[in-house]
Amino acid sequence: MEDITMTTDKETQEREIKDEKGKLKSLPSIEIKVLFFARARDLTGFTNTVVSVKPGCTTLDCVAELFSKFPSLREIKDSMALALNKEYAPGNTILNNGDELAIIPPISGG
Amino acid sequence: MEGRECDCREGRRAGILAELKSLKQQKIEIEKRINVIETQLHDGGHFAEEEGVRDPHHSASCNSASASLTPQDIYRYSRHLLLPSFGVQGQLNLLKSSILVVGAGGLGSPALLYLAACGVGCIGIVDHDVVELNNLHRQIIHNEAYIGQSKVKSAAEACHGINSTIRIVEYPEALGSQNALDIVSKYDVVIDATDNVSTRYLISDCCVVLGKPLVSGAALGLEGQLTVYHHKGGPCYRCLFPSPPPQAACQNCSDSGVLGVVPGVIGCLQALEAIKIASSVGEPLSGRMLLFDALPARIHIVKIRGRSLNCVACGENATFTRDSFQSFDYEKFTQAPFSDKTRPKLSLLPESARISSKEYNECVERGEPHVLVDVRPEHHFMIASLPKSLNLPLSTLQSRLGEIEEALKREESDLSPGSHASLYVVCRRGNDSQRAVDYLHGVGFPLAQDIIGGLESWARDVYPNFPMY
Repeated sequence: MEDITMTTDKETQEREIKDEKGKLKSLPSIEIKVLFFARARDLTGFTNTVVSVKPGCTTLDCVAELFSKFPSLREIKDSMALALNKEYAPGNTILNNGDELAIIPPISGG
Repeated sequence: MEGRECDCREGRRAGILAELKSLKQQKIEIEKRINVIETQLHDGGHFAEEEGVRDPHHSASCNSASASLTPQDIYRYSRHLLLPSFGVQGQLNLLKSSILVVGAGGLGSPALLYLAACGVGCIGIVDHDVVELNNLHRQIIHNEAYIGQSKVKSAAEACHGINSTIRIVEYPEALGSQNALDIVSKYDVVIDATDNVSTRYLISDCCVVLGKPLVSGAALGLEGQLTVYHHKGGPCYRCLFPSPPPQAACQNCSDSGVLGVVPGVIGCLQALEAIKIASSVGEPLSGRMLLFDALPARIHIVKIRGRSLNCVACGENATFTRDSFQSFDYEKFTQAPFSDKTRPKLSLLPESARISSKEYNECVERGEPHVLVDVRPEHHFMIASLPKSLNLPLSTLQSRLGEIEEALKREESDLSPGSHASLYVVCRRGNDSQRAVDYLHGVGFPLAQDIIGGLESWARDVYPNFPMY
């Protein structure tokens, strides 16, 4: 999952501004790459995105952040598998800058 | 002259009838022979005990490892035998194995073809459906001659055509709680190649109850998923997805579309995983999930959770038994039908707010001033549409009400003051049109009506040549 094809540019810019301000106000944030699959793509309109969260945030905090950013994503809140850096991670795993979180709802077609 | 022509025709007819009779007799003889051979296969293990095929002195003149392979087997599977990591033992394991494929559609087609070709001793095929023209772009095991016939029959004959030495068992029925235990218990490995979420939970639970490994594949649109469940202590479907997705999230190929080769890729990989398990080679995709992304040409493999100790089906304190399996209501649990063809019929509107497609046709023929709004997505509208319909997709309706008002005004411009043009709404099957009319009633279009059953009913009841998709 190395290359990201569709980053949301606007968002990355906003985060950079925040980062600059952050340095001044010494409020650091970490950046999480999020990959959406299947229904999560339809609901968000993205195949991937970048979210900024506070250091010390967990996987579930990041998912909550995604729900507030993409309210329609709540549709699959009880039916998605999560993978952090291609590994299984329980909801209370602490995130690090640059982590990659995959949101994987099941597909049932065939 | 006429008499002679008549005699001639009669003569030709008699000739044809005689040939037909002879061919039918031959067909009966062939079918009898097939039955005899199949019975021998069934009774005598994986390999045909057909006279002449197996050399009685063969085993005495060979070493023990390949003793069960006939010269024909060795020639047919030679490229497998040449693989150091597969070899004679891998092939013998395959020939002794049995694999059940549930679903002879987009995933099952390539899976079945490979399983038959590679010499799985016994293949079971479950499917209740018949072959349709709109299946053929992806369900490559079927061909035009089988349209309208059972998918299981079509698939079984294709498999037999590739490899007549293996046994194929046909189950032209839907897999349900009542027949699943009986059918699945007869096989070593199960392949889930179905198209709906209810059957996916049912198959997973059944495999847990019976202790069978499950090779699960799914495909929709331009994406596919693949994993192996309940294999050597690995997770089951419920460990990963304890709650079923809501109805809105359960999309199917007949609504959302699918690029034909996508289930083809996943079906091939399902065959591969099943072959690995059946022949005891390699490392099955258990505890990991493969995500196939066709457009950017990317394959992700992620680790998924292990078996959940709290899993209802396979957890530490799970009490899921044969009895509880048989009494479990999967369609209720998932709120989704066992077939992707059965769709819940929405009934949102009073009768006064609805007209039939025939009534709409009469309105057109009378020249009644009206506006027809088609609320399907734009790419559906591009496939086929009714004359003069205005495409305002349901998702954009709210912001485009002005276009309806303008269209109505244009229709009403020639009418006497106080007269109104009618407003009709249509979609593919008659559900979204109801949602649209329900919405329109509340935003200043109290007389809007929907066309019951949508374009499907138009094609069925009014204009059979209207292209359906």
